[in-house]
Amino acid sequence: MIPEIGHFALSLALLLTVVQVVLPLWGVARGNAAWMALSRPAALGQALFVLVAFACLMWSFYANDFSVRYVVQHSNTALPWAYRLAAVWGGHEGSILLWLLILSGWTLAVALYSRHLELSMLARILAIMGLVSIGFLLFILFTSNPFDRLFPAALNGDDLNPQLQDPGLILHPPLLYMGYVGMAVPFGFAMAALLAGKLDAAWARWTRPWATTSWCFLTLGIALGSAWAYYELGWGGWWFWDPVENASLMPWLVGAALLHSLAVTEKRGTFKMWTVLLAIVAFSLSLLGTFLVRSGVLTSVHAFATDPKRGIFILLFLGIVVGGSLVLFALKASQVGIGSRFAAVSRESMLLGNNVLLMVAAGSVMLGTLYPLLIDALGMGKLSVGPPYFNAVFVPLMAPALFLMGVGPIARWQRADAGDLARRLRWALVVSLAAALVTPWIAGRWSALTGFGYFLAFWIFTSAAVNLWGRLAKRPRREWWRILRVQPGSYYGMLVAHVGMGVLVVGVTTVSSYEVERDVVMRPSETAAAAGYAFRLDSISQRPGPNYIADRAVISVFRNDRRIAILTPERRIYTAARSANPMTEASIDTGVTRDLYVALGDALDGGAWIVRIYVKPFVSWIWGGGILMALGGGLAVLDRRYRRRVKQAPAHEAPPMAAPPPPAYQGARSGVSHRVET
Amino acid sequence: MKKQAWLPLLAFLVLIAFLGVGLRLDPRELPSPLIDRPAPSFALPSVEAMDRVRNSGDLRGQVWILNVWASWCVACRQEHGALMAFAAQQAVPLYGLNYKDRHGDAVRWLRERGDPYVDSFFDGDGRVGIDFGVYGVPETFLIDREGRIRYKHAGPLTPELLRDTILPLIGALGA
Repeated sequence: MIPEIGHFALSLALLLTVVQVVLPLWGVARGNAAWMALSRPAALGQALFVLVAFACLMWSFYANDFSVRYVVQHSNTALPWAYRLAAVWGGHEGSILLWLLILSGWTLAVALYSRHLELSMLARILAIMGLVSIGFLLFILFTSNPFDRLFPAALNGDDLNPQLQDPGLILHPPLLYMGYVGMAVPFGFAMAALLAGKLDAAWARWTRPWATTSWCFLTLGIALGSAWAYYELGWGGWWFWDPVENASLMPWLVGAALLHSLAVTEKRGTFKMWTVLLAIVAFSLSLLGTFLVRSGVLTSVHAFATDPKRGIFILLFLGIVVGGSLVLFALKASQVGIGSRFAAVSRESMLLGNNVLLMVAAGSVMLGTLYPLLIDALGMGKLSVGPPYFNAVFVPLMAPALFLMGVGPIARWQRADAGDLARRLRWALVVSLAAALVTPWIAGRWSALTGFGYFLAFWIFTSAAVNLWGRLAKRPRREWWRILRVQPGSYYGMLVAHVGMGVLVVGVTTVSSYEVERDVVMRPSETAAAAGYAFRLDSISQRPGPNYIADRAVISVFRNDRRIAILTPERRIYTAARSANPMTEASIDTGVTRDLYVALGDALDGGAWIVRIYVKPFVSWIWGGGILMALGGGLAVLDRRYRRRVKQAPAHEAPPMAAPPPPAYQGARSGVSHRVET
Repeated sequence: MKKQAWLPLLAFLVLIAFLGVGLRLDPRELPSPLIDRPAPSFALPSVEAMDRVRNSGDLRGQVWILNVWASWCVACRQEHGALMAFAAQQAVPLYGLNYKDRHGDAVRWLRERGDPYVDSFFDGDGRVGIDFGVYGVPETFLIDREGRIRYKHAGPLTPELLRDTILPLIGALGA
C-alpha cells in the first residue's frame, strides 16, 4: 500500500507541476495576475507531494518491504537502520528521486523568499524550474520507478553496496545534489531575465546569493566525497579523476566563474551575456553529469546498473533544456548592450581572465572525461584517459588563475595602474618567493614543482593580507576595530574563500611531494618504520559486525618510543552482498600536520599479513581548504546588503526570517556599490 | 555579437551528437581474451548430487552453453524465463555454473523456479568462475565441439538475444 501511495503522490506532483508551468506563463502572456499568482501554491504542492513520495520510499526501506524491487536490490534485514534509510539514494531510482526532491525544495525556497520580486518574474522563474521538474518526474514515472513491485516478493534483499555503507554516504549525495540542483535557480533566473529582456544589475544581485549558496553546497559535497574516497577506498588517494568526480568538478569550476562574473555584472553592468551563458552552462553541466552517470556511456566506480531507455530519455531531455536555452540565448544576445568599457589592466579584465581560465579548465576536464567516448564513437578503438592527462592539463591552467586570485581583488574597477599594483604587491611577492625556496628546504627535499606550489599558496595568503592592510594602513590605529567591523560580509567571504584555496594548495603540494607509502609484510609483534614513525602489529583477530565479518588488526604507532596512536584497520566480508570481495576499512590517525593511514591487505601463509602504511603530511588541509571556501561563500550570502529591506522596516515589524531574503528586484540602491567591493 | 551567440548552441549540438552515438556503444563490451580459445577445463560437483563430480572434458564433441548463475543474483531472476524457454527448445545442452553460492540456496532456487539446466556445476568458492574471467553474474558462454569459447555475453540474456544472436551462432557451429 505505502509504495502505491508514493507512486500516486508522484503522479499528483506531476499534475501540479504542469499547472505551475502552464497557467502562470499563460498569465504572463495575457497580463493576468491571478494566473501568475498560481505559481507559488503550485510549487508548494509539488514539493509536498514529492516529499510524500520520498517518505514512502524511505518507509519501504525502513520496514524491509522486499516486495519492492528497488528495496530488494539495495537493502537487507541485517543492514543497520540508518544505512537502510541512506540506501534510498544508494541506487539509480532513489538517486533520481532525491534529485527531484531537492529540485522541488529549491523551487519552494524561491517561491517563499521572493516577496520583493515582481510577480511576472517569479512566475517565469518558477515555470522554468517547473519544466525541469516535469522532465525528472516523467523520467522517474516512465523509466525509473522506485516503487515497482517484485512478484513473488523476495525473502531478503541483496544488501547495499558495502562501499556505500559509511556515514559519508548518508551526507555526500544530498550535499552534492544540493549543489548540482541548486544551479537550477540561477538558470531559472537567467532564463526568466532573457525572456523578459531585463538583464540588469538587479537581476545579477538577485541571483548572487542563490548561486553562491548552491556553489557552497557543491564545494562541501565534493570535499566530503573526496574525504570518503580517501578513507573508504583504502588507496589513500583523495582524487581519482573518475568520470563521476569530474562530473561534479565541471559545474563547480563553471559555478566559480559564474560567481565572479555575477559580481562584475552587478557592480559594473558588463559581462551580462557572459554571465547568462555561465548560468546556462553551469546547470547544463549538472544535467550532463546526471546523464553521464545514469546512462552508462562511461564506465566508472560510481555508475549504477544501466538501461539504454534511460540514456535516451536523459539525452532527449538534455537536448530540449540546454538546446532550448541556448537558442533563446542566441536570439536575445543581440539586444543586450555591451555595458561600460574597461581598460586592459583593471579588475574587470582580471575577472575576465579568471573566467576564461576556469572555463578552459572545465572544458579540458570535459574533454578528458568524454575522450574515450569520442574515440569509441568515431570507431577508433577503446582507451581510457587517466590522471596523467588531467594533471598535465589542469595544473598549468589553474596556476595562472591562482596568481590572478592575488592581484584581482586589489586592482581597481575600470582602470588600474600596473605600476601601483606592482608596488603594493612587492612585499607579497618577496615573501612568497622566499617561502617557495625555504619551505621545501625545511621539509627536506626541494623540487621546482613543490616550490611553485608553495609560491602560489603563499602568494594567495600574502596578497589577502595586503588587501586587508590596504583598508587599514592610512587610518589611525584606534579606528581599526571600527573599520574591520564595517567591512561587508561579502568582503570577508571573498578573503576566507581565497585563503581556503591557498590552504588547499598547501595540502595538495605537501601531500603529493612528501607522502611516504610502504607495503610491508607483518606478523604479530613485528614492527615497520615509515617517516620516523614505528608501526607495531599487536594482534589480528576476527570480529563479527551486524552484516559482515571482519579481520581486525591492532597496530600501535610509536614516535621516539612513545605510543601516539592505536590504529585498527579491518578487512570485512559482507555476508549478504553479491560480491564476496573483501572490503578494506582503513584506520587513520588524523592530525593537523599529518595523517597516519593504515590499511590491511591480504593474509599470507603462516599468520603474516600485507599491511599498507601511509604517512600523509598536511592531507587534511585539502578538506580544510574546501570547508573554508564554503564558509567564505556562506559569509558572502549572509552579507547584510541582501537583508537591507528587512533593516529598513521599522524595528518592531522586522520579520523573524531564518534565511536572508533576497534583495528587492526593483529599486536597487546604487549607493551601495561604492562602498562594497567584492 | 549576433553570430557568435550561436556558437554555444553549435558546440552543444556536436556534443549531443557524440553522446547519442555513444549511447549505442557499450563501454563494458570488452572483447573477452578467451574468445576462440579453449575453455578452461574443470571438475566440479553437481548441484543435484554433491558427491558426483563432473568433468568438463566429458562435454567435448558437442556444442553447449555454460550459464553462470547464483541464487543471490537479481538479474538471474530476470533472465530465468528466457532460459526456461530456451531449454524447452532443446537446441543445445544448457549447463549452469552455480557461482559463489550456498548449496542449499541453489537447490531451493531451482526447485522453486524450475531448472532449465541439464546440470549445474557447483562452484562455491568461485575458482572456476575466475578461470572463466567472470566479473558479474549472470554471464553466458557458448562452447563449440572442440571445447573453444565462441561467444560470451555478460548480463542477463533476453529472448531477442537468444533468437537473433545465439541461435544463429549455434546453427553456424553445426549443432
